Parts: sequence; C-alpha cells; structure tokens
Amino acid sequence: MKLSEKKIEVSNLVVSYGRKEALKGITLDIFANEILAIIGPAQSGKTTLLKVINRTIEFIPGAKVRGMVKVDSQDVSQIKNVYELRRKIGMVFPLPVGLPLSIYDNVAFAPRAAGIHNRAQLDELVERCLTQAALWDEVKDRLSSLGTKLSGGQQQRLTIARALSHQPEILCLDEFSIAVDPVTTMRIEEVLKQLRSEVTIILVTNLVQQARRLADRTAFILNGKMIEINTTDVIFSDSPDNKMTYEYVNGIFG
Amino acid sequence: MNHEPITMTAPQSTQKLFTETALGRRKKISETIAKYIFFVMALLMIAPLLLIVEYLFIKALPVLSIDFLTTNPINGMRAGGIWAPLLGTVYLVVMSLLVAAPIGVMAAIYLNEYARDNWLTRIINLAVVNLAGVPSIVHALFGLGAFVLFAGIGRSILAASLTLAIMTLPVIIASTKEALAAVPIAFREACWNVGATRWQTIRSIVLPNSISGILTGIILQVSRAAGETAPIMFTGVVFFKAIPEGDIFAYNLFDQCMALSMHLFTISTQVPNVPEALPYGTAVVLMATVLLVNALAITFRVYLRSRKRW
Repeated sequence: MKLSEKKIEVSNLVVSYGRKEALKGITLDIFANEILAIIGPAQSGKTTLLKVINRTIEFIPGAKVRGMVKVDSQDVSQIKNVYELRRKIGMVFPLPVGLPLSIYDNVAFAPRAAGIHNRAQLDELVERCLTQAALWDEVKDRLSSLGTKLSGGQQQRLTIARALSHQPEILCLDEFSIAVDPVTTMRIEEVLKQLRSEVTIILVTNLVQQARRLADRTAFILNGKMIEINTTDVIFSDSPDNKMTYEYVNGIFG
Repeated sequence: MNHEPITMTAPQSTQKLFTETALGRRKKISETIAKYIFFVMALLMIAPLLLIVEYLFIKALPVLSIDFLTTNPINGMRAGGIWAPLLGTVYLVVMSLLVAAPIGVMAAIYLNEYARDNWLTRIINLAVVNLAGVPSIVHALFGLGAFVLFAGIGRSILAASLTLAIMTLPVIIASTKEALAAVPIAFREACWNVGATRWQTIRSIVLPNSISGILTGIILQVSRAAGETAPIMFTGVVFFKAIPEGDIFAYNLFDQCMALSMHLFTISTQVPNVPEALPYGTAVVLMATVLLVNALAITFRVYLRSRKRW
C-alpha cells in the first residue's frame, strides 16, 4: 500500500490536566486515506489525542497542550477559523448523543451551522449520511421524530451520520462499537472500509480484533506514551517491535 | 440424552424465611411510627396556608367586589377600592421584570456558557451570591442613593422598578444558570464537534431545552417584587395618589405611584378608623395576584415540559 501524503502530524505532544499528564510526548504521522487504529487500555490518553486534533480540548478547564499537531501541514493551534478545522474532522465518541432535535435536524445540524439552507441539498445530504451510517432503512419513514427516542445503537449510528454530515476529510471514531450490537458493528465496519477511499480514519478501539480487521496501521499507546506504531500485520504478528505490544494484543496484560 | 426426574420439594429454609419474628414485628412498628410522624409534619404545612386563606377571605368578604378593584380609595383611604395601588403594583412588577429578566438571563448565559474559571468570573459569581443575600431595606437605600438622587431620576415608578430589578436580578441569574446547567454537557460537545459556534449551540440546543426552567425562575420573582414594601417606599411609592379609574395607562414612568404592599401597610398601621375588611381585602387581592401569576407560571412550565425532548 502506498502511504504518501501526511494528513496529520503529531510531534512531541504533551497534554496535562492540572498536575496529571494524560499524554507524555507522542509523535506520530497519519497518512491520507489510511485507517489508523489506536489501541491501549483505558486512561492511556487515546481520547485526549483526538480532542487535541479538533481542538475541543479547549473546552476542558485546566487542560494544557504542548508540542505540535498539524493537520494538512497547518499547526492547529495557529488556525484562526477553528470551526473550519472541526468541520474537517468528524468525531464519534463512545456514548451516543442524539441531539434533542428530529432525526433529520440531527444530521442537518452541521450543514446548517455551516450555512447550507438549500432544502434539496440538505435532503440529499441527510439521506446519504444516514445511508452511510447504516441507519437510513430504519428511519426513512420517520425522519421528523426525535433523535433522542431512538435506541442506543440507532443513536450511535445517528451520531456517525452527524459526524459524516459536514463531509469531513478525517473521521475519528472513539470506541464507537461500545453501544452498538455486533451485527450493526459489522455493518459500520463495512462502511468504514468503503469510506477509506475518501477519508482518513482514526479508529480508537478497545477491541484489538477490530483493529486487526480494519486498520492499515496500528498504534499502541500506554499511559500516555507511544509504545509502538507499525503496520497492523506487524503489530499482530508474533514479533512486533516491542514485547509489550505482543503481550497486550494477546491479552497477557491490560 | 439422559433425563432424571425432577423432584419438587421446597427447601425447608424458605418456609422459615416468611414466618414473623419478634425483630420483624419491632421493625414494622417503628417503620409505621416513623412514617406517620413524617406524614403529620408534612401535613402541618397545609394548615397555615388554609388558615391564612380562609381567615383572609372571611374577613375580606364584605368589601370584595369588582368595584373594589376598579375604584380609587376615598375618604382618606377609609373607603373605596384599590385601583390606584393595584395598577401601581402591576406597573412596578412589569417594569422591574422588563429590566431584570433580559439582563439576568444574558448574564447567566455568559456565566454558564462562556465564562472560563478565572478571577473575574469568580468575582462576578461572588457578587451575584452576595447581592442575593442583601436585605431588601438595604436595596431600598441603594435605590434611593443611586437612582433617585445620583442618577437624578427622582422618586418615580422608574426608580422603584429599577430598585426592584436590582433586588430580583441575582435570583434570576442563579435560577437561569441552574436551568442552563441542567442541559447535558454532551449535547454541547456534540455541537462543538461538528463545528458549531457556542452561540449556534446555545440558540439551537441549550436555550430551547432550558427555557421552561428559565421562565419559571423569572416568573417566581413576580411574587417577590409584588410583595416587597421596603425597596419601593423610599424610591417611588406614595401613601396616596388618585388616578383616573379604569385607565390602565394612568401612570407615567416618571410619576410616583401607589402599591398594594405599601397600601396594606398604610391602612393597617397609619390610618385610624379604617373598616376592618379593607386591609383584608387588599391582602386578598395582593395574594390572589401573586397566586394567579404563579398558577400561570406552573401551567406554562407543564406545557413546556411536555415538549421537552429527552
């Protein structure tokens, strides 16, 4: 596989919440149109990394960021239009959040916030995003009912549809499958494989097998430090570069 | 497959579990006693309200009529109705809310949605809490100094309303902040993640889902503003002033006015030989006005809550 263009460059990233350091100097590059899986136990700083990339870390009181994160060769901390940056990045967090709006408005929220009000354009976008998130068939007859009334798994797919609604170039999924049943998980994984041609995907996951199924490369983060980043084949082989990777992947610790 | 016959004998211990023991009986008795003591205490709360309402109504009955509401006091306030004070109270309450509600809600939105935790925010929050704790008579003196004398508004409906607004403002800020904080932070994060600004998030998600709580907080301040005597007596309310009966625009903002709370105080303590029913009638109207507003607030809240979306 050809890994050419660097989409995201992270160098020496240190993030601390008060006295606690969540990330202790992470360096990695993420290439365009790859699926990068990030694995590692809870509290190892995976979510923090995602929040730095789209700068929602700013909403956490007391969070301090050092080091450099570049998206499309631009230092994110220097970006004036942070909303443009966030629209470039789709975010899905572990717990589904259906906004207290109709299903349609949930998906149309981001385009509207970006100034798209053309009804036909919105209709088309909503249908495409819901289809991509494997939800369209279930909700196409009740788009005006409340997003919050959907089941947990449906809400998570709604969240994914919303993350796709602003046509991101990067899609970050933080343990998206926690609230989703296995069948739906597989459907979404299929969608992710198809999306690979259009977007760069960062997949934070606790399910190492999910990383194995989907990712081109896999990064193993432990306690805020990068233990190993390598092609998924190497990570899951019998001889990854770091012994701890082997032990984590094979369930010997963590 | 090998099926063994299932024997259905209940284990002996199960039967033992459900027989009454001495300990069980004692627990049951103390449970019953505790429950009824608490119940009676809770029931006691109804008594004062019922007694007040009943007592007031019986005493006020001789004067209660539509004329009582629509005519001015006459005969040195020993007869007639309460038109001037009733209208004055309405003016004061409406004016003070028109000032306090927008300022309070906007300040609360800033404090809850925008403010970072720094020294300035902490000072503002401290000011709000302390302002809420200032006795109303002190507000009165502040209003006299700031609005009547310093700003040169003079004793007027405007000065009295502003004083009432200052008094209700901190409570409106506090209740609005609470209503805003009740909207889950996850909704905001979801909006920020898709590139919405804070204001877009507030407008489309936070406000529509907290408006019932915000309005409740505001409307509950009506009863406070209507009932207070101290803040208005120095700043714009007079003992007596006749106005055209039936004209709801009878007061000018720079006029002085009468008010129900003040009128009640006057005719119960300052004027000799007032028929007994008159102060009670005034009290009933004051209370009915407040209860009416509260009832409206509750109905409105129930309506808004039924549209709540999560």
